[in-house]
Amino acid sequence: MSVADEWTAAKDGAAPVAEKVDLLVLGAGPAGMAAATEARAHGMSVLVLDENAAPGGQVHRAVEARLPAKDDQDKDGAKLAAAFRASGAQYRPGATLWAVEPEGKVFWSEAGAARSVRAERLILCAGATERPLPIPGWTLPGVMSVGAAQIALKTSGLVPEGAVWLAGQGPLLWLYAVQALAKGGRIAGIVDLSPPGGLRRAQPHLLRALKAPEYLWRGLVWQRQVKRAVQVIPARDLRAEGEGRLARILVDGVAHPADLLLLHDGVVPNTQVTRAIAGLTHGWDPVQRCWRPGLDLWGNTAVPGVMVAGDSGGIGGARAAALSGRIAALEAGRALGRITTDERDGRAGPLRLLRDRQLAPRLFLDAMFPPLPEAAIPDETVLCRCEEVTAGRVRQAVALGCLGANQTKAFTRAGMGPCQGRICGPAVHGVIAAARGVQGGEVDPFRTRFPTKPLTLGELAALAG
Amino acid sequence: MFRRTEPTDCTIEWEGRALPARAGESLAVALLAAGITSFRETPVTGTARGPLCLMGACFDCLVEVEGAQNIQACLTQVTPGMRAGIQHGARGFVDDAA
Repeated sequence: MSVADEWTAAKDGAAPVAEKVDLLVLGAGPAGMAAATEARAHGMSVLVLDENAAPGGQVHRAVEARLPAKDDQDKDGAKLAAAFRASGAQYRPGATLWAVEPEGKVFWSEAGAARSVRAERLILCAGATERPLPIPGWTLPGVMSVGAAQIALKTSGLVPEGAVWLAGQGPLLWLYAVQALAKGGRIAGIVDLSPPGGLRRAQPHLLRALKAPEYLWRGLVWQRQVKRAVQVIPARDLRAEGEGRLARILVDGVAHPADLLLLHDGVVPNTQVTRAIAGLTHGWDPVQRCWRPGLDLWGNTAVPGVMVAGDSGGIGGARAAALSGRIAALEAGRALGRITTDERDGRAGPLRLLRDRQLAPRLFLDAMFPPLPEAAIPDETVLCRCEEVTAGRVRQAVALGCLGANQTKAFTRAGMGPCQGRICGPAVHGVIAAARGVQGGEVDPFRTRFPTKPLTLGELAALAG
Repeated sequence: MFRRTEPTDCTIEWEGRALPARAGESLAVALLAAGITSFRETPVTGTARGPLCLMGACFDCLVEVEGAQNIQACLTQVTPGMRAGIQHGARGFVDDAA
């Protein structure tokens, strides 16, 4: 029995951690599950750290609890999770990674204690986070993200009821509306903030998008289903108001009672960990207006031994993520001498073709739903929710000569709270770029540092034990 | 705000009040299902705040659980009888020592 098999056999959190492992995978979403499964097929010992309680990531959240799977997304997720569970990879749920040191030494916390392991290779599959949609009043209790409501639906069957509004744009907003209505939920209305002319902008990319026509078809069906049941108000300006909690929203100045407002403006790669690794380069994606790690076609970063797969390397969706995970694992197998270069190329060839097909509709979707302009965010809007820093204060800092997000920390404390800029990062960065009148790529993103999640001394002390 | 479509199987205690919950679900979801939206008061201005993301990123769902402060409610699984309450401002060191 290999080390990895022994770990798997001991299922509880007290299972021992070896000193060394061939491959460490961060995250058990589609990319992480697929990477771990593929790596095990080539004999690597694999350790998977996952912050969640069960495999699936966000897109396939709690998928094992919803068997038998009903829709395509759940079917994909259930298949990935079953193969992952049977793979012999050691799975550690409830594990929060907080440092990656040179030579592959990785630290994480689990059940109040810090642990560490040395990994020959890392595949980081940290997924995506929702792009913040800062509006005046979005810090009021009762304002949440669409993704949050979807998690409540998937994990506990919570459906919206009462004066519930959805606002913003993007595929996830429509998907959640479909899922919530199908489970008997009620939605008072959808405030569509997408810039007009989406189809006209997207049309040049239509032919390419039709390589994977199911995406567009599904999108059309979702919108039609939702629009039959829910009023959709196209709008430019949205505010949330209330005393101590959300009471109403103002849609282009018109008030509507509201007890829950769900915001969404697409998703961005989660680069919190990759940005903290010295030497790991990132590039600005001018279309999706986000930072992404510089990767070769296998998922190798600029740092030897550190790879990235799935949406944390650039938004491509769940199916593309799973394929990226497998491709990265094959390259890890080659690097560790488990398979030859020819074997890697032979196995990865068809996967790469499938991935290209899955990525084909992205340009169309990106043109349909460009991120909302940060220049339009009113001055009184809080950007950094932790330190309660408004857009106006960030703009004042720029006027005083603050050129980038990192300097903003010194000027305003934006990005210095417990979330470490996870939520406000894209908004602070975009407001600075707009105020300076430059492209996003010319403004440094928040520098992140290990520990990338708050860590208690008690947790840290466990390392000495 | 939200309505449950699946049955609860235990109770938890929030600010001394018993609330229905499902063992294993996240504490944040259990509170939202019971109509609770204010989880904490911010350290900067003391205003009420509730969860935004439910996926461990925003740290807006910080609560006290069994006397421990600064706990992310969205990453904490409900156990029957779990006691939790509002996180008031920043974490207090005096309370910890007591």
